[in-house]
Amino acid sequence: MTEKIIHVALLLILPPLLFGVIGKTKAWFAGRVGPPLLQPYYDLIKLARKSMVFSRTTTWVFRAGPVVTLSAALIAGLMVPLGALDSPIAFTGDLILFAYLFGLARFFTTSAALDTGSPFEGMGSAREVTFACLTEPALFLALLVLAKASGSLMLTDLLHGPAEGFSSGMVAPLVLVGIGLFIVLLAETCRIPVDDPNTHLELTMIHEVMVLDHSGPLFGVILYASSIKMFVLGSVLLHVAFPFKTGEVWIDVSLFVLEILFLSILIGTIESVMARLQMRHVPYLLIAATLFCSFGFLLLVR
Amino acid sequence: MLSLWMVLAAVAILALSGAPAYLLASHSKAGQRISTILMLIGSVVGLLGIARKISGVETPSLQFEWQIPWGQFDVSIDSISVIFLAIVFVAPVLGSIYGLSYWKSSEHPENSRRLGLFFGLLAGSMAMVTIARDGVLFLIAWEAMAISAYFASTVEEDSAEVRRAGYVYLVATHVGTLCLFAMFALWRHSTGSFELSASASSFSITGEMAGAIFILTIIGFGFKAGLMPLHVWLPGAHANAPSHVSAVMSGVMLKMGIYGIVRMTSLLVRPEIWWGSSLLIVGAITGVAGIAFAIGQHDLKRLLAYSSIENIGIIAIGLGLALLGKSQNRPDWVVLGFGAALLHVWNHSLFKSLLFLSAGSIIHAGHTREIDKLGGLAKKMPRLAILFAIGSIAICALPPFNGFASEWLLYIGLFRTLSPDSGVEGLPVIASVSVALAMIGALAVACFVKLFGTVFLGTPRSEATLHAHEPPKSMLLPIALLGAGCAFIGIFPSIVSPALESAAGEWAPSSASKVSISEVAPLRWISIMGGSLICLAGAIALILKALPRASVAIEAGTWDCGYARPAPRMQYTGSSFGGSIVDLFAFILRPEAKKPSIEGAFAKPSSHKSSVPDTVLDKLVLPIFRMAGRYLPALRVMQQGKTQIYVLYILIILIVLLLLETMGA
Amino acid sequence: MTDALNAILVIVLVMNLFVLGTSRILAVINTVATQGALLGVIPLLVHTHLTISVVLTSVAAIVLKGVVIPSIMIRALRDAEIKREVEPLIGLLPSIMLGALATAFALLFAGELPLAGEHQSALLVPTSIASVLVGFIILTSRFKALSQVIGYLVLENGIFIFGMLLIDAMPLLVEMGVLLDLFVGIFVICIIVNHINRAFSSLDTRLLASLKE
Repeated sequence: MTEKIIHVALLLILPPLLFGVIGKTKAWFAGRVGPPLLQPYYDLIKLARKSMVFSRTTTWVFRAGPVVTLSAALIAGLMVPLGALDSPIAFTGDLILFAYLFGLARFFTTSAALDTGSPFEGMGSAREVTFACLTEPALFLALLVLAKASGSLMLTDLLHGPAEGFSSGMVAPLVLVGIGLFIVLLAETCRIPVDDPNTHLELTMIHEVMVLDHSGPLFGVILYASSIKMFVLGSVLLHVAFPFKTGEVWIDVSLFVLEILFLSILIGTIESVMARLQMRHVPYLLIAATLFCSFGFLLLVR
Repeated sequence: MLSLWMVLAAVAILALSGAPAYLLASHSKAGQRISTILMLIGSVVGLLGIARKISGVETPSLQFEWQIPWGQFDVSIDSISVIFLAIVFVAPVLGSIYGLSYWKSSEHPENSRRLGLFFGLLAGSMAMVTIARDGVLFLIAWEAMAISAYFASTVEEDSAEVRRAGYVYLVATHVGTLCLFAMFALWRHSTGSFELSASASSFSITGEMAGAIFILTIIGFGFKAGLMPLHVWLPGAHANAPSHVSAVMSGVMLKMGIYGIVRMTSLLVRPEIWWGSSLLIVGAITGVAGIAFAIGQHDLKRLLAYSSIENIGIIAIGLGLALLGKSQNRPDWVVLGFGAALLHVWNHSLFKSLLFLSAGSIIHAGHTREIDKLGGLAKKMPRLAILFAIGSIAICALPPFNGFASEWLLYIGLFRTLSPDSGVEGLPVIASVSVALAMIGALAVACFVKLFGTVFLGTPRSEATLHAHEPPKSMLLPIALLGAGCAFIGIFPSIVSPALESAAGEWAPSSASKVSISEVAPLRWISIMGGSLICLAGAIALILKALPRASVAIEAGTWDCGYARPAPRMQYTGSSFGGSIVDLFAFILRPEAKKPSIEGAFAKPSSHKSSVPDTVLDKLVLPIFRMAGRYLPALRVMQQGKTQIYVLYILIILIVLLLLETMGA
Repeated sequence: MTDALNAILVIVLVMNLFVLGTSRILAVINTVATQGALLGVIPLLVHTHLTISVVLTSVAAIVLKGVVIPSIMIRALRDAEIKREVEPLIGLLPSIMLGALATAFALLFAGELPLAGEHQSALLVPTSIASVLVGFIILTSRFKALSQVIGYLVLENGIFIFGMLLIDAMPLLVEMGVLLDLFVGIFVICIIVNHINRAFSSLDTRLLASLKE
């Protein structure tokens, strides 16, 4: 029971911190002081206290978008084991639901963007659905490799791997899948080199342009949901990248927190040293991710 | 036994439901109402009949000799028939109710009686197809179905486009039927009768003969179901038929092709490994290409038609997995693959009928099928928008609606090919089909966000929709019922699993009974998760409402990124939304575009045109037909019109045959 | 040991595809440099007991492939003032796809080869075949002289990996000789690059065809 409470608490509280860490890392690279680590929390609190502005064009879809996105992300978060903690919800086949919850979130985010009738938001949602067509195969190939390696269709068992640890032939496929998943993570959470969350030009954005019209608490919900999405996908990746556990709950939890903060530092570093890819080159990167994962699958089944 | 008689009565009532209207004036409302009431009675009788069959244990069957050469009148209902009868007794009657307002006899006096007649005949013959157990009877019902669909879908035959679609359909369906003739001939050759039941003689069909029958089955029924590349007739016919006819054609008639494949594969007891694998590959190609074509369409109903092809692909993947399970002796693959395929048959008939009927209401309101001319309908038709959103989410296989349940079963089945079970090796390569399925899922989201977003959201793109309003109740009710069905199966999929299991048991008696669906795929978790998703979304919405200043909602214009005068025409259109995906798939879609040319300092007005024609039809089939039209007339030399010459031909053939015979001996 | 080795080899495979999919020559040079340096570590992993020769091979490879050759190339690049391979014979995406096909082929093909037991689990053979194939793809599809050098380097990396199978049998001298050849070859090409650039004001190797008379 304690473990479940810890899981839910981590899932609800920790995610915005990732954005704080990324911001701090980027500030450090740029030689600035940067906003405080807890800035995303302050932002959320501030947004919750504001009133909302709605475009006259919008309908219920516009309001449903953030709400559905957040609930899908939260439920997905309940199915993923965080570090050595088992997930509170686990059943055979939950990995499919996990992937499709993000599909549901995408349906609503993009529809809400189209609801405004703005050409820019339409552009953003078109890009979002296009790139998803390329990340989805990569994600499923990764899941296939992990399912084959662990012999389970339950995310908890699948990500924790077999009890005796992955066999030695698994290292190469896992490295490939890890690289593929990292690219998927960057694409799905709209980070550089796929999307630049800080750009000021609407024409070049993907995720940020879709939420231009959201304001106040609804915008807060969007920010919160996207931080949860990064947290959840990040913890999936961590299982592949650092499959270590000690067996002691508190040590494992702190290890997990350290790992996920390290991951955000890594993302921040990438954002600082790389430029965003040209929009027409993004598919190459995503296809490459799919290829890496399929090499991993090939290595397993050949 | 009573159940069978009830279903037979239902067949008769449905088939003749349109006839009484001919006794009344062509514009009379009463005639149309009588047809609908007869359809309703027939469907209720039929549904009661299958309910009775499910509650009983026996498999009712009925045989008697008849005067038609070969064969006999042989009908029976088993668990497989039940699955398909269920959709025959649901979608057409809802379509008929919808038709009361959509195709009013007062507005279409010239063809509403004809439509009613063939609509009923279509429903009745489809029901007959699923219960016929004799090759000849089956083909008669099959042909009645094909022909009545032709007459029902081409009621607006004064338009050239409709006629063209009708011809393509007729040719395609008859090529398919020819394959079925060949298939039944082989069947009779190897079993000695046209009887379609698993008997001692059908067990003996193996090796090449079984393979030949299987291939002819896939091609013959594939034409009807719309497996790529045999789908050529489908987009045109669906787009040009009245919407409730499209709903029945897509929701039910395509499934008769699936039924044919299911029936024949249940009779061929020893499938080989290449059967399942080839069906899997065909299914994956059909699915991905179908939905990619759908994204490229500008026509509301053509888009839906292509999406039907995609769903047929998903069903074929399920059947392929089940066939593999049958040949490799893996009961879990059989149950999951077959269960997923049949559940998807139901689901698709629910949400596709919903979408086609809604499309009809949209066309009614906007008088156009062009997606890019619509927009902003959610404000004018809020209820239809909600129902359409439900249909779209369901068809994208997203939780918590029914599409997810069937695809979830299919995914688990495919993932289970990774590892050995009960001493039988896995086939990990097969699992990679799930990647195609994932791609189909992502493309479907793109496709239906495009459709829903362009048609219902944003601001109206043309004058067309200015006077749109909510459709009348008789149009909204069938759509709402279908939507309720989507939600119900989506939340409580475990209710239908007994029907699926017993159908799987009928299909593969040796293996399927060993495993139940709930053992390998805990469907109740789908209910739990679907319920909690809805509750969580509700809770978040309530929390948001409770925030201090949430009630202060300020209205403003959409943020225009600094441009002062945004206009509806500047919105992203459906074509631009799908453009980047069309580019990604340009290697199969072969999009055609006429780009505007800009010359001189003051450019003249120019236009941009783009389209995604059907590659198979326009680039392959029609050129072949044109070639045939050009070169085959040379053969007319043989047609001299003189009796003597024809007798000479007979003589020559006779001599050749005799020579062949002697040489063979 | 095999685990670490396989991890490195898999990263080499990933870098191959990256090289195929990037038009920015500087990024490609850096990638190939990292690839070379990574490969330099392999001798240390393949051998259970370290001898002087193994360490020497490793150090020489890291220094030459990871530092010296790339810096010469970067210098040539700077002098030639080009940044991108603008018009490759086959586009970036098709060449990624070709590379992927080659890699998949190598992975499947190596499984069929009758290899000694200790080489079965390691990815040495497939990675080496894949790198050689990718090297050829670059050599045939790119026109800029520097891109050709890169193709040559990737090819050599593939051969180097294959050499790891034979490291016990092959004398140190041969390995060193190969590295030296490589170094001299690239050194010369980079000088030539400058001259081509000056003579034709372009690095397009197709222009060299005009020298045939």
